[in-house]
Amino acid sequence: MFRKILIANRGEIALRVIDACKELGIATVAVYSEADRNALHVRFADEAVCIGPARSSESYLNIPQVISAAEITNVDAIHPGYGFLSENANFAEVCEASHITFIGPSPDLLRMMGEKDQARREMSAAGVPIVPGSQGVVADEAAALSEATRIKYPVILKASAGGGGRGMRVVRGENELPGAFATASNEAQQAFGVADLYIEKFIERPRHIEFQVLGDKHGHVMHLGERECSIQRRHQKLIEESPSPAVDAKLRAELGARLVTALQHVGYTSAGTVEFLMDEDGSIYFIEMNARIQVEHPVTEMVTGVDLIKSQIRLATGEKLTDVVGNFALRGHAIECRINAEDPETFVPSAGHITVFRTPGGPGIRVDTAAHADAVIPPYYDSLVAKLIAFGDDRAEAIARMRRALEMFVVEGIKTSIPLQRKIMMDPDFSAGRLDTHFLDRFATSRVG
Amino acid sequence: MKGSPKKPASSDLSVPGVDLGQLERLLSFMSDHGLEEFEYAHGDLRIRLKKAVPQGAAAPVLALPVAQAAAPQSAVAQAPAGAPQAPSAASSALAPSAPAAAADEHIIKSPIVGTFYAGPSPDAGPFVRAGDVVEAGQTVCIIEAMKLMNEIEADISGEIARVMVENGQPVEYGEPLFALRPTGKKK
Repeated sequence: MFRKILIANRGEIALRVIDACKELGIATVAVYSEADRNALHVRFADEAVCIGPARSSESYLNIPQVISAAEITNVDAIHPGYGFLSENANFAEVCEASHITFIGPSPDLLRMMGEKDQARREMSAAGVPIVPGSQGVVADEAAALSEATRIKYPVILKASAGGGGRGMRVVRGENELPGAFATASNEAQQAFGVADLYIEKFIERPRHIEFQVLGDKHGHVMHLGERECSIQRRHQKLIEESPSPAVDAKLRAELGARLVTALQHVGYTSAGTVEFLMDEDGSIYFIEMNARIQVEHPVTEMVTGVDLIKSQIRLATGEKLTDVVGNFALRGHAIECRINAEDPETFVPSAGHITVFRTPGGPGIRVDTAAHADAVIPPYYDSLVAKLIAFGDDRAEAIARMRRALEMFVVEGIKTSIPLQRKIMMDPDFSAGRLDTHFLDRFATSRVG
Repeated sequence: MKGSPKKPASSDLSVPGVDLGQLERLLSFMSDHGLEEFEYAHGDLRIRLKKAVPQGAAAPVLALPVAQAAAPQSAVAQAPAGAPQAPSAASSALAPSAPAAAADEHIIKSPIVGTFYAGPSPDAGPFVRAGDVVEAGQTVCIIEAMKLMNEIEADISGEIARVMVENGQPVEYGEPLFALRPTGKKK
């Protein structure tokens, strides 16, 4: 087992890793920017090293500073958390070269999963369904028509040389396609200098479904069920839950088996999340894989009883998956609300000094946070203040517990997303599990003040 | 993993009747075993070592195997008042509350994380000593990071009032290295 681990992160996830290390008897080293001098992860770690000024690029993303801190404190391993350097293949390589274990997949796997096309090819080859589309560029309108007929409408034309919404057109019927093709090509030419387009199935109201996986260094991979993260704003998740109301045991078993096969084939190790979009007809398609631990991992921990961070650490030492994760059954239902420091209506960030911070408790409630009364939320990093997780025997109980926990979570001095999340918990569509990634848009427009 | 081995504590500090080398080993023992307090009595000699609790918002610091980690309070009480390297009793050397800069002093701080070396090589003397006058841009020390020796330069001209770290000591970003009395010429 590792003697000492450096946590290359901050905030609640750094504390989470410290939790696991304390339970495993591993000494901890925190790194911090000048803005985080008084942060909890610094105070709870056994040792701490200041690695730079507030800006992430000069501190938490500064590889030489992080590695140097690891060297002078003589650690065995580095846990990168999520975000920051967690999927940086170069960083993982530098760790290896410095004889420090990177708690995560290998540099090659990080590269593969970071290259979206490559990841899709690997998954597809292993029988995991991907979003139907043209293999590459559609040469002309005729080719586009033929592809669209094969894929079935609605489809989306996309510029192959760029993104950001330009050179994109959604086409809902055959008669629209010629015009859309011409417009999209022109736009692509203007924006990126290349008129080439490719075509993909367009999923009107997708549900975001993701599977949690763990892999050991001996070729074994397992999945720990799925999470639904459809409640998002601009691709930032706000509420997550497990299991998904849209996934039944049959789908879980079938899809789970296929992705385990695919990941064993590429030799996946450590924790990871495989992301899918589900169409209204229940068809599910792989979009990408995140080769790291995720923010919403507690939701899986609650319904499986598996400590994912301790598992990551143990797997990184070379332990076998069957020893690290015993038998478990999916039980109950868990929901997580990301409590962000932002205006609940305008979403403008609300950094500042917290004057009151009263966290809820009672049965089935878990709070992961690095915030506290008198803490200062700095403006330099993400706005996540706390993760509030509610667990119940079923989805209704989880919702009931989340409602009362949100009501009894008092934060003053900064604005938070709590009022918005309270409203969502009372929403009939949410209670009925009628979710998709446009949920929040509809929610915002349907509220009258 | 590190470069040259750490040199023992500066010989500027001597406390009559106390073997500082022994104290350093005791402190190292305390650190290794996570001890907060250690008391020893033998005849007339009584030694009590207590790890300082960081005041206010000071962050916990590197647990170093040499004498910087905790001030030997009883021993320091007997030290001559003018001992130039007497560690501050209330805090660890790497905490922000380390010997505060006097009003006329400019502190040269470390721009990187690494290991401080006072001289260009293990057998060479230090680049600078207390009392030396340095020019802006002059190399004052080396900080080794990831096997690279980085020369650290004085950012202003002045007289070295104090060397604030020890040869071989791990340093963090912003670590105070030298206190300078400026002579007015900037880099």
